[in-house]
Formats: sequence, C-alpha cells, structure tokens
Amino acid sequence: MSKRILVSVFLLAAVLLASCQPAAAPAAPAADTGPIKVAVLAPLSGPVPTFGVSTRDGALMAIEEWNAKGGVLGRKIEAVVEDSQCTPDPAVNAANKVIDQDKVHYIIGEVCSKASIPISEIAEAKGVVQISPTSTNPDVTLKADGSTKKYIFRACFIDPFQGLVMAKFAQGKGYKTAFIMFDQGNDYVRGLAEAFEKSWTEAGGTVVGKETYTSQDTDFSAILAKVAESKAEVLFLPDYYNIVNLVAAQAKEKGVTSVMMGGDGWDSPDLDAKASDGGFFSNHYSPEDTRAKVVDFVKAYSTKYGATPDALAALAYDATYLLLTAIEKAGSDDPAKVAEALAAIELEVVSGKVSFDKSHNPIKAAAVLQVKDGKVSFVESVAP
Amino acid sequence: MSVSSTTANRPSLYDLIIKRGWLGKGLLIVVGLLALWKIVVSLLANPTLFLQQVINGLQLGFVYALIALGYTMVYGIVRLINFAHGDVFMVGAFVSFYGIARFQLHNWLSNLAPNLPPILTQAVGTLSVMAVAMAICALLAFTIERIAYKPLRNAPRISALITAIGVSFFLEYFGALKFVFTPNFITYKRPFEITTWFVNTKGIGQLIQGDTIPEGSVIFSNIFIIIVIASVALLMALNYIVQKTRVGKAMRAVAYDKQTARLMGINTDWIISFTFMIGAALAGAAGMLYAVAFPQVFFWMGIIPGLKAFVAAVLGGIGSIPGAVIGALIMGQAEVLSAAYISTPMRDAIAFSILIIVLLIRPTGIFGEPSREKA
Repeated sequence: MSKRILVSVFLLAAVLLASCQPAAAPAAPAADTGPIKVAVLAPLSGPVPTFGVSTRDGALMAIEEWNAKGGVLGRKIEAVVEDSQCTPDPAVNAANKVIDQDKVHYIIGEVCSKASIPISEIAEAKGVVQISPTSTNPDVTLKADGSTKKYIFRACFIDPFQGLVMAKFAQGKGYKTAFIMFDQGNDYVRGLAEAFEKSWTEAGGTVVGKETYTSQDTDFSAILAKVAESKAEVLFLPDYYNIVNLVAAQAKEKGVTSVMMGGDGWDSPDLDAKASDGGFFSNHYSPEDTRAKVVDFVKAYSTKYGATPDALAALAYDATYLLLTAIEKAGSDDPAKVAEALAAIELEVVSGKVSFDKSHNPIKAAAVLQVKDGKVSFVESVAP
Repeated sequence: MSVSSTTANRPSLYDLIIKRGWLGKGLLIVVGLLALWKIVVSLLANPTLFLQQVINGLQLGFVYALIALGYTMVYGIVRLINFAHGDVFMVGAFVSFYGIARFQLHNWLSNLAPNLPPILTQAVGTLSVMAVAMAICALLAFTIERIAYKPLRNAPRISALITAIGVSFFLEYFGALKFVFTPNFITYKRPFEITTWFVNTKGIGQLIQGDTIPEGSVIFSNIFIIIVIASVALLMALNYIVQKTRVGKAMRAVAYDKQTARLMGINTDWIISFTFMIGAALAGAAGMLYAVAFPQVFFWMGIIPGLKAFVAAVLGGIGSIPGAVIGALIMGQAEVLSAAYISTPMRDAIAFSILIIVLLIRPTGIFGEPSREKA
C-alpha cells in the first residue's frame, strides 16, 4: 500500500514540476567536437540492485577503456548514469530525462525486460539507439505486429532460448518429469517458463505441475507441498535470486528433492549457494572460460572493482563495445547510421562471437552452470 | 447502532434485499460456500496433502498472531491504528539477523560451555537472539511513542493516523539507507540447522535430507515446532501480564476509560508507553520467527505481513486479544488453503475478501463488542 502512495506522490510532484517548466527551447545542433554521450540506465535501487551495480560498472569500464584509447571518432565518450529501478515508471522517467534533457543518442540498458520494453518504445519513437545488455524478453526488440524495432538491440540471447537450453540440458541428464513455478506478473519469468514448458513437452517430457505466485509472496509452503507430493525430478524456477533464495530455503524444509533449475536471474553474488546447492542455471558467460577475451576482461574488472565480474557486468561491457564499435564503423554520430552498422556487425566480445539476426537478437552459445559446495561452476556450453 | 423504531413498520421485501444489502451478503455467502465446498472436496481427494497445508497455514498464522496483538492492544488503549507496527516487525527481523550473522549471539553459550548438549545451547542461543530483538523493538516503540504519538494524544484521531503512516515511511526508507540495512535483499542466517520429521499411521521418523517423503506422511520441521512453542509461550505470558499483574489491570483500566483511570491515580502516559512496548516486543519476536521461516530480510518486508496482521486483528475484533489470535490463525489458513486449492496469485485477494465478508456480517469482528459510548 505504501508503495502505491509513494508512487502517486511522485507522480503528482512530477506533474506539478512539468507544468511549471517553460516551453523547451528548440534543440541546438549538436556540436561535432563535444563528447559523445552514452546513457547507462540501470536498476541501482529497487528489487535487484546488485544487477544494476554490475551493469553500471561493466559499461563504465568499457567506456573508460575506449577513452584511454582516445575515444570514438576522435571524441571523448561521456556516460550519463540513471537509476531506472527495474520498474516501468521510473524507467520511462529516466529514459525521457536522458533523451530530452541530456540529449543522448545512445542508451545502454535496462537490465529487466519489464523496464526495457517501455524504454524501447520511447527510444524507437525518438530515434535513439538502445542496446539492452540483459533483457531477454522478445518484445524488447519486436513491435506488437512482430516487425523489428529499428533502433533497439540486445547483447544477450532471448527467453525462449534459455528455456530451450535448460529443457535440452535436463533431458540430456535423463530427467522425465518437471514442475514449473513462475511469477505471472513478470515478463521475464513467464517467458522462460513458457519456453521451457514448450521445449520440454515437445521433447517428450511430462510437466507434472505448474503453479504461479506473485513477487510479493514470501510463503511458498502451499506450492512446495504440492511439488513434494508430485515427486517431480526437476523444479524449474526461472526467477531472480531473491525469490530463488526464498524458495530454495523452504524447499529443503518441505522435503522437496527435485533438482532446481533456472535462468540467468540466478546469477548474483547474493544467491544463497547453501540453499540452492545442486541447482543448475543457464547463463551468458562463465568467468572460468579460458578464452583470451574473457581472461583479460576478468583480470581488468577484478583489479578495478575487487570482485569477479558476473554475467551482467560482462554483457554491459559487451553492449558498450558493440555500440562504440558500431559508431566507429558508421563513421558518424547519426543514430540511424549507427543502427545500420550494428545490424551488420560481427564482433568477438567477452560473451562470445556476436552477430545479430533479423530480430536484432545476438546469435551465440549459452553456458550451463551449477551451484555446488558454495561455488558456481561451469558445466557445459549449449548451442542453439 | 441503535434501533429506535417503535412503530410496527414492517420492512418490505424490497427494503430487506436492497436497502439492507442482503443481495450483496447473499452473493458473498454463496461465494464463501463455493470456496468451502472446494476445500472439502480437496480434503476428501487427498487428506494427507490437506493436513500438510493446514500445518503450513498454522505456521504462518502464529506469526501473524504475534504481529496482530500489537495492533489490537494499541488500538484497544489509544484508538490508534499504528501503521508503523509492520516496520517495527522489520526492525526485529534485522536485529536478529545482525545478532546472528555479525555478533554470533546464538553461539554464546556453546562458546562459553562447549560440553553442554547442542540442543540446549542452540535453544538458549536462539532465545537470547529473540530476547535482544524484542528488547530493541520495545525501545524503538517507546521512542516512537514519545516522539511521534504522545504530543498528538489530544489531537484529532486522523492526525495520529497520518503520523503513524509517516513513521512507517521513515522506518522503511531510513532502513533502506546504505549505512543502515541497505536496500538489498539479504539472505537470513538461521541460528540452527533444519531438521524435518515425517508422521504417518506407522509412527514418526526423521526425514533424511535428499530422501523423498514416504507415501502418506505429513512432514513438519523444527521451525514449525519453534514457531508454535514460542508463539504460545509469548501469548501465555501476555495473558498473564494483562490479566494477573497490576500493570495489566492498569492497562485494562486505561483501555476502558482513560480519564477515570487517570483520576484513580494511574500514570496513563506510562501505561500507554508500556502497551506500545509490549506490542513491539511481540512484533520483534514475530520478525525473527518470520525471518527464520522465510529466510530473507529487506527493508520492505514488514509491509505485507503488517497489513495481513492488521486484517487479522480487525477480523478478530480490533481491541480484543483472543480475537487477534483467532483472526490471525484464520488468516493463515485462508491464505495457505486458497494458495493450495483455489489460486496462488489470488491468495491475498481471497484473504482480504474474507475480511470483507466477516465485516459485512459482523461489523465489529468475531470477538468484537458493539462499540460503547465513551466520554
């Protein structure tokens, strides 16, 4: 309840402020010598703050590296960081702010699909290039009629792909029955769950139960009693780490023996490795990979921030590299030309060799990781 | 509500159905019966699973009961809905979290006397953490009462209510600051390992981690036992304080008539503070038990349990102590059973609908007395 009151107070304040503002002066032609501004929209507060911090740090490190090399097109790169809270309303406000006030032509962000989708509508309408590092919902780059948004790209694979990977992986391990738990109100979670169910049943597996919950829930006892009763071999829970921690801790108590599996939402230093021990999840990259790009990146990141980079940091870093490389290839600060250059790009980055398909989704392999003895370790790479 | 009509004015059928709202009530009763039917069918279909869900609901209900008592006691005495109560609950959870994770408070006895049996040292350690959480919450409530509510004692009731909402926001967003509790979801460290037992017609046994539950058994864990024992003990202690001690007598007197109680020489300000402190101590204990059962703490964790406990208090009849307990147990069952058998995303909607139904039929709640005229 109090959240709602707060939001209404903010909205009211926003309306008042907006009505007080004088009419905007016509935009001055952008100087060709000033810095190129890149907005980083990340959820620094809200439900998944660790995702936001990693994303910001990864993107800022890439920008710093480019600036050290002399910037792009001979101009410095300036980052504009905004907190978009993994929530539609603040994300829209942040996007409008960076486009209208800071006059950016490029956006790296958001992390969560439910925030990236509204941002993408604004960016597409205003002709601003957006690369979401980690939003996996198909609707981020697709319009309602199924055509591709010209200016919107992503640096990660999409939900159906993660669902497919995990279904393929679980059946490769000989599992036949699965129970699916998902948050109906979350585009990302629902997307993964639907894709998993589809691939799982198409490949001959049985879904013995399917239950939904809301993101406000903390008590999962009723669902978990059913999971235990169903004796499913796999419990597919493609939610973020906070829900995974809660469910995993209660699952042990309720006598659930299913192997838990999920998607890249599990990837966080705050994942409760003790409770989710034995679980598998798909991810974009593994810091244990031995490719030179990965080794260099992990080394630079851990020296700078004192922590091993997670996939969010890697993808934000990749997204920034893809963007800046495309600007260089386009040879101009014109978003339309940069978008064309991105669509045709082929670049080896940390998360693999990336090119874009016609829906602006990258084509690359996924890693399956396992939580084991308090650590997350690389299991295998699964190609589409 | 007084019926003053002395004339033999028999209401028409239209009046009965439309004006007195029997249409709405009838509809709600039909919906309620349908839900009940669904539950009975599920019970017959799989009695073991049903019993399991009842146990799950009981665990939730007892935690709600501890929170609901704080609402109902404060309301009973100063007619204030203390919306900051859910956030005191959050603070209790965080205090116990820091007590365990940072100060290792749950290990003090085993460090001091390593030869004692672990079950004893663990129990004492857990109780110590709970005692600290309760004490700090009581202190917090005392401060809140003196700073925010006491100056408004004679102000219109709505001012105090809005202040309570303000205090609630303050606690939440102060807690969200980086140097306080941080805005992150934090994994709670339980002060003991989980043990699970199963019960079936053949007897009772311990469930080994990783084994499937034997056919036809109901399982329960030590968390369930601790929540039930701790809640019942605290309820009995509260009952003793309210019914058998001088302070309790004074509390009842202040609740009944504040002015007269003051004339009789009762320090009403102190009694009111004391009531806030007892309610907050129970919320602190509830915060810890909730975090043990659902091991995650974050600065907004008090909102939803706080609201549900408030509903439980209203359901039982706000101001009534047994009412709060019964209301909370009903809420726990309603939530878990509707999640299990009707619709999981609808669990809150269903739980709150029960409140509406009960209030339509009995506006003062289950145990509530019709409001007396007060000076």
